[in-house]
Amino acid sequence: MAERNLVEAINLALARAMTEDPRVVILGEDVGRDGGVFRVTDGLLERFGSERVLDTPLAEAAIAGVSVGLAAQGFRPVAEIQFMGFAYSTIDQLLNHASRLRTRTRGRLSCPMVLRTPCGGGIHAPEHHSESGEACFTNIPGLRVVVPSSPKRAYGLLLAAIRDPDPVVFLEPTRIYRALREEVADSGEAMPLDSTFTLREGRDVTLVGWGAVTLDLLSAAERLAVDGVEAEVLDVATLVPLDAARILASVEKTGRCVICHEAPLSAGFGAEIAARLAGPGLYSLLAPVERVAGYDTVMPLPRLERSYLPSVERILAGARRALSHA
Amino acid sequence: MPKRSIAQFAVDYTQYLAPDGSALGPLPSFAEDAANLVPLYRGMVLTRAFDAKAIALQRTGRLGTFASSLGQEAVGIGAASAMLRDDVLVPSFRDQAAQLWRGVSALELLLYWGGDERGSDFAGPREDFPIAVPVASHAPHAAGAALAFKLRRERRAVLCILGDGATSKGDFYEALNLAGAWHLPLVILINNNQWAISVPRAAQSAAETLAQKAIAAGVPGEQLDGNDVLAVRERVAAALARAREGGGASLVEAVTYRLDDHTTADDARRYRDDAEVSRHWENDPVARLRAHLVARGVWSRAEEEHVLAETARGGEGSRSLSRDSAPAGRGHVRLPLRKAAPGNAGRARGGGRGRKVPWLSAISWRRSIWPSPAR
Repeated sequence: MAERNLVEAINLALARAMTEDPRVVILGEDVGRDGGVFRVTDGLLERFGSERVLDTPLAEAAIAGVSVGLAAQGFRPVAEIQFMGFAYSTIDQLLNHASRLRTRTRGRLSCPMVLRTPCGGGIHAPEHHSESGEACFTNIPGLRVVVPSSPKRAYGLLLAAIRDPDPVVFLEPTRIYRALREEVADSGEAMPLDSTFTLREGRDVTLVGWGAVTLDLLSAAERLAVDGVEAEVLDVATLVPLDAARILASVEKTGRCVICHEAPLSAGFGAEIAARLAGPGLYSLLAPVERVAGYDTVMPLPRLERSYLPSVERILAGARRALSHA
Repeated sequence: MPKRSIAQFAVDYTQYLAPDGSALGPLPSFAEDAANLVPLYRGMVLTRAFDAKAIALQRTGRLGTFASSLGQEAVGIGAASAMLRDDVLVPSFRDQAAQLWRGVSALELLLYWGGDERGSDFAGPREDFPIAVPVASHAPHAAGAALAFKLRRERRAVLCILGDGATSKGDFYEALNLAGAWHLPLVILINNNQWAISVPRAAQSAAETLAQKAIAAGVPGEQLDGNDVLAVRERVAAALARAREGGGASLVEAVTYRLDDHTTADDARRYRDDAEVSRHWENDPVARLRAHLVARGVWSRAEEEHVLAETARGGEGSRSLSRDSAPAGRGHVRLPLRKAAPGNAGRARGGGRGRKVPWLSAISWRRSIWPSPAR
């Protein structure tokens, strides 16, 4: 079995989906001959031809809107937006149309599209290329929001997203595009689009995150283990619909929770998890819920991004605050 | 010679009938037999009656905010009558004329504007899109549906209708540009009714015509008299035919006038003179076609009275929209309207408790006087 990084795993899933289903088409800027700016669609034009891998004009709203029209006509478009900073102009299409087409037509038309876009910082990219805007999408009813954190999960979750009958936003953390490799079988097996994954079991504190920070959570758990603290690490993976039951069950066991994301703290998706914990999870809590997140400022230019992003040290500090409560 | 002209453009304008209904020259072939024009006239009259009824229902608290198409009936009827059944309509919120012609029932439209979820679908043209309210955001959907036709090698075209204000938005240009670059079977029809709520056409764009926005996208663009249903039908038909035959996208600007408020929530007297509106009443598209039909001997007072009586009967029935109209509960919301045959929806029964659907036992309009959907 071949070891693959996240980029290769996504490419593998795209090729698999296109092979299985002639309705799947890819469209976006530079996705064809160039294979995408991160090379995610590398080789797909050669393999599937220019009617299935479409280089669009430079127009993000049109990429999303054309996908709505294609999907309503029975295609399964997989649209790529080059960077998160350029994905915001698709929100009108996602919010006003893609997410509600099924409801708006009482099921007569639907919108089985996937909108892929890189997300997150840590690769010294220019301005507007390092945002973590997931919360802009999670508040749109009718939209699934998925963030893979490993090549295997990227493969299985993307297949599920493409096969899903409704629109899915698929956010790919650039920091781990090539940071890790693991064996990914081209099994064609999708993973559930409503599950939080337990990456490490523990009984003392729950560390919750998604995307690239899950690797930091795992590192923090290693460090805590040295001190005899057993941390449980959860990868939310699908933010909407949220598998709150898994998180609540973990916190019922540990009594303490650190939520981590790169996006700004206030009104970030961590706030939703904290609210769930403050509701049905309240009597499980032995300590206040800790949130370790980006700051409520503009994402800085690359020289400061390491100060901005949640680090293993900040996660450890959060965990220790949670553990300090008797 | 340091400078030279490297490209020249022109924008054509089409008009067949003068405001008094007389022919300005040879008529398009479909108009040679005047009987062919009668269904267009009936469609325009019915649209006007529908709008009047909807406004009356809104004024009496039985409908929510509603956008009338008064004065623009020729745009929707002319364009929809130029479509084939397999073409797809991607309408905006003022396109009831085109929707009615395509086979969406008056009942379904009134359900929607009445705030009833059941109005979100229609039994008619199953691939037509729902109306788009956000303005111009539907233009890319039309391009996407056109791309689907092209990829499947189907000889079908998409008609997207939007307003003059919509041409100021990026979505309009993004869709038109992409459709041009990809030679998509798409026609975008601008219902230029001169007013985007309170902003007049002159303040919307410095462009001399809106049709010329096609030039930047590299597609044919033309203007026509939107109060001349013959011009609308003939030019839209030509653009759709070109699209179906692989000739790519085009832009058609129909110049008309919004005789009514933007919606029932608007009061146009705040920003435009009654005198201007009165002037435009002299250019009424319905009166123009009626005069033409009368002059050609295919329309008489008796026929006019017959049509008016039919619409009045439809209107009377719709009074049952009224008092017994209960808010739609769960059972109501789930009522599958599509089980009712098109044109028969007024007979649908609502709720699980044998309650009558409040919405119009009424609108048998479509059944009685509506011309058969696009041929």
